[in-house]
Amino acid sequence: MSNDPAHGRPPAPPGHGAAPAPAVGPEAHVLVGNADLFVNWSRKSSLWYLLFATACCGIELMQAGASRYDLDRFGAVFRATPRQSDLMLVAGTITHKMADRVKRLYDQMPEPKYVIAMGSCANTGGPFYKDSYCVVKGVDLLIPVDVYIPGCPPRPEALIDGILRLQKIIMKKKNVYGAKA
Amino acid sequence: MLKARFGDAVVELQSEGFSPAFVVVAPAAVRDVARFLADDPALSFDSLMSLSGVDYKDRLAVAYHLHSLAHRHAVGLKAFLPTESPELPTVDDVWPAANFHEREAFDLFGIVFTGSKDLRRILLPEDWEGHPLRKDYKYPDFYHGIKV
Repeated sequence: MSNDPAHGRPPAPPGHGAAPAPAVGPEAHVLVGNADLFVNWSRKSSLWYLLFATACCGIELMQAGASRYDLDRFGAVFRATPRQSDLMLVAGTITHKMADRVKRLYDQMPEPKYVIAMGSCANTGGPFYKDSYCVVKGVDLLIPVDVYIPGCPPRPEALIDGILRLQKIIMKKKNVYGAKA
Repeated sequence: MLKARFGDAVVELQSEGFSPAFVVVAPAAVRDVARFLADDPALSFDSLMSLSGVDYKDRLAVAYHLHSLAHRHAVGLKAFLPTESPELPTVDDVWPAANFHEREAFDLFGIVFTGSKDLRRILLPEDWEGHPLRKDYKYPDFYHGIKV
């Protein structure tokens, strides 16, 4: 069977299901890979994002999470607390007053954690880049960012593309299991 | 009518090019005039639509937009203040909605409303320096280690 779990079926746990899976042959529920592959695969398939939005990008984020675009199918569901979240989607303008709170939320997330900067404001400050005393000119001044999504605001398709790109990044991580990265 | 009641405290009436017309009053009289405008049955300005700060470079101003739901008429009230130490009596006991507007004017223009129930910064962080909508405001280089 395919050893690419990205497109293969998940391994069935032993004893799960009505009929036991055959040990050999095309129906065998066996996956072959190294630990990195399995750990990365499970991480990228359950990107729980923090329910957190600061501006109009949050509306697109809600759209992406709702039934029409359905982020659930990529394993990305929202969590209402940073302590259960793997991914922070910075959806919107970050002011200096908000910056301390963003940093605090990020610090509360458990490792491994990822950040997607969604929209122009989170990328660079956007329309507030020039002559604004109160807007942070890019959330990467506060926290490390994995994926930047341009747009003002980005459509849900762009957000989904950003999450798929983050999943690709996660699948390329090496030595994620045990040894130091 | 206001002129008859408050005398010299009413400085001028700005009606040309202003809609509604603005009554300019001395800063110290703002609270008394506001109370009269709100309570007089013929006027009964029961709604404070906005309270804004203005910076004219050589002086500051506070503009009040009043509206009467009973009579469906509107008027403006304005007071000019010196740029240094601008102070004005609060109207938050006349119209409770004034409090947020006064806090905003204090936050962004540094106008102090004496006697206010709660005069704190409303938009900017508590430890922000300066009042950004002043014309002579200088941007800080950094805030909490982040470049502004």
